[in-house]
Amino acid sequence: MSSFHWDWNFAWSILPALLMGAKITIIATLLGSLLSFVLGLIWTLLRLKRIRLVTPAINFFVSFVRGTPLLVQLYFVFYVMPKWGLSMPALVTGIVGLGIYYSATASEIYRAGIEELAAGQWEAALVLGLPIRRVWLGIVLPQAVKTVLPMLGNQVVAMFKETSLLSTITVMELLAEATSIGSIEFRYVEPLTLAGFIYFAISYTAARGIRRLETEHHVVHG
Amino acid sequence: MSASNTLWDFLPFLLMGIPVTIEVTVLAMAVALPVAVILALGRGSRLAMLRWPAGFVIELFRGSSSLVQLFWAFYVLPFFGINLPALVAGVLVLGLNEGSYFSEVVRAGINAVSAGQREAALTLGFSPSYRFFRIILPQALPVMIPPFGNALVTMLKFTSLVSLVTIQDLSFRADLIATSLAQSASVFGIIMVIYYALALLLGLGARLLERGVNRRAGRIIPALGGAHTSVPAWALGGDL
Amino acid sequence: MSFTAEPASVEAAPAKPPAPTLVSMRGISKSYGERKILDGISLDVAPGEKVALIGPSGSGKTTILRLAIGLVKPDEGTIWIDGDYLWHQAGPDGLKPVGERHARRVRRSVGIVFQHFNLFPHMTALQNVREPLVHVLGLSRAESDAHAIDLLSQVGLKDHLDARPTQLSGGQQQRVAIARSLALRPKVMLFDEVTSALDPELVGEVLRVVRDLAHASDMSMLIVTHEISFAGDIADRVLMFDAGKIVEDGPPGQVLKNPENPRTRRFLQAILER
Repeated sequence: MSSFHWDWNFAWSILPALLMGAKITIIATLLGSLLSFVLGLIWTLLRLKRIRLVTPAINFFVSFVRGTPLLVQLYFVFYVMPKWGLSMPALVTGIVGLGIYYSATASEIYRAGIEELAAGQWEAALVLGLPIRRVWLGIVLPQAVKTVLPMLGNQVVAMFKETSLLSTITVMELLAEATSIGSIEFRYVEPLTLAGFIYFAISYTAARGIRRLETEHHVVHG
Repeated sequence: MSASNTLWDFLPFLLMGIPVTIEVTVLAMAVALPVAVILALGRGSRLAMLRWPAGFVIELFRGSSSLVQLFWAFYVLPFFGINLPALVAGVLVLGLNEGSYFSEVVRAGINAVSAGQREAALTLGFSPSYRFFRIILPQALPVMIPPFGNALVTMLKFTSLVSLVTIQDLSFRADLIATSLAQSASVFGIIMVIYYALALLLGLGARLLERGVNRRAGRIIPALGGAHTSVPAWALGGDL
Repeated sequence: MSFTAEPASVEAAPAKPPAPTLVSMRGISKSYGERKILDGISLDVAPGEKVALIGPSGSGKTTILRLAIGLVKPDEGTIWIDGDYLWHQAGPDGLKPVGERHARRVRRSVGIVFQHFNLFPHMTALQNVREPLVHVLGLSRAESDAHAIDLLSQVGLKDHLDARPTQLSGGQQQRVAIARSLALRPKVMLFDEVTSALDPELVGEVLRVVRDLAHASDMSMLIVTHEISFAGDIADRVLMFDAGKIVEDGPPGQVLKNPENPRTRRFLQAILER
């Protein structure tokens, strides 16, 4: 049984490096989320429109991306892109990988938000003769947003936690900083525990915030 | 490295990762399910002494990065004298993590069993364990199957992380081959197809299970078709 | 919403029905999967005529309304609204089936009030009624506001203009729905069991509005209802539906008090014994 002592001095000294990593993590999360929102919207529009050949292809693509591990997709993008002549910094590769992986989930979220609309809403819009554009912008969108926004928020939080996988493709985000310190100093407890704590603090606060917005919204608007 | 080594030579090595991946998935799921049930019961308990620890565990595992949890079990625990074999560490972390997420599903499933059923069981004088295992759980099961299918596929993808703590699953072997051969595209493409095929099989199995469980519980069986949009055709433009 | 096979082809579609009618149907059949809901139905509604449709659930009454406003297409048969084919177009070579765009134009003459109101939940009562005025008629904000306030006053909701549907009772919501469907001044109004989803004490206020509408306006009306006495009060004609066919058709005094068909008799007995 080895006795272990937490070294506060050590912990304090590594904090700046960890926070640098956290900064990269947050950048990756924000840009990756943005990319996933935009791509996801494109997928959903193409899937709803039922275009011959394109729609089934997108459906398959979304299903494939959701059915394979993010880690492998990151490896794929990281190792394959240079071969296709696209040489990007690792962080960009990571953001692209995250963006594509989560665009599949985003597409499903948009779809769920739209399909949640009661059939009666569509019927009312039809019998009133409202123009199609108005139906989408004035009737469907405002109602779908209420479901979609919290789900997208949760997706951002999930992505934030999974940015730790970027450490495998040489991005120096939070976990990479922690393991790097750990392997150099051969003290893993402080860096990994602190990193874990930072992940937890940010994601827990964000998740609570989203839950609070959700319930607030329901109370106000019903 | 000899130039005559091709991907083909490494294929058997790669494919031997499939049973490893499946093994980790099954074992981790076998941990996750009881964990989910225990946590769900804890969270729903009237005793604060059970509620708070359960809530704490759930928030802890759901609120932090799973890779960090894995690394913590693998790299940090030894400093406390706990030396877990890689497989045990991986299965435990994956099981606790997924179990925490799935406990919400279990809780929802249990709550879905109408209060009327629970009251009837109570007034008929059955013991708590009889009430739970013979009355409530069988009725809660059908609701839990579709999310269970999702959880299985999630777990399958999850297992790729254990490749980072020395377990020689598909991802581990693919990465090894890729760095040895500098022929990365094909190898990762191949395992993506394998993962996808496994995911489809798991999904199919879950849907068959759903029909079986629904039939036993006397409910209407959902068709095995694909998803369809409820957006009416007129709203998608074009004259019909 | 289902759009099944095209209705009867060019040759089979009959010539225009004897004018003047506001709604006419000939040889209408409609099935959902295995079940045949309507079987060779024909009916006419004259301008200003108020027609009540009664009968057991599944007998096809609601489907008639949904066909009349073009929410569903018939499997067989032809529909005319205000002299225009709903799903066909007459051309030099005879009739050809047409689609949504044509139906949209013809649909303008018809309004419907649904059983479950179908108000837009993110809009106030005023905004709900204003919606078709602004986006279909293209009226200015000021004009549409004025019209909408007027309509809502007519249904007794002048003091609830800024309320959202969740803040209104079922009866109030249904009245907003009525005001909204009146906004486009349809020539035919369809009422699909408009009180069936309401708490009993709220039924009266809605029936009052419908009754006032029936007396005051010259719109044709098709009213599907279980409120038999109400039907007797306002209808010029009562149609009894059973198993996809019209089994009785006549003035309320006859159909409701002295039905010829034994099925009508049985239905009325069952419903009045509630």
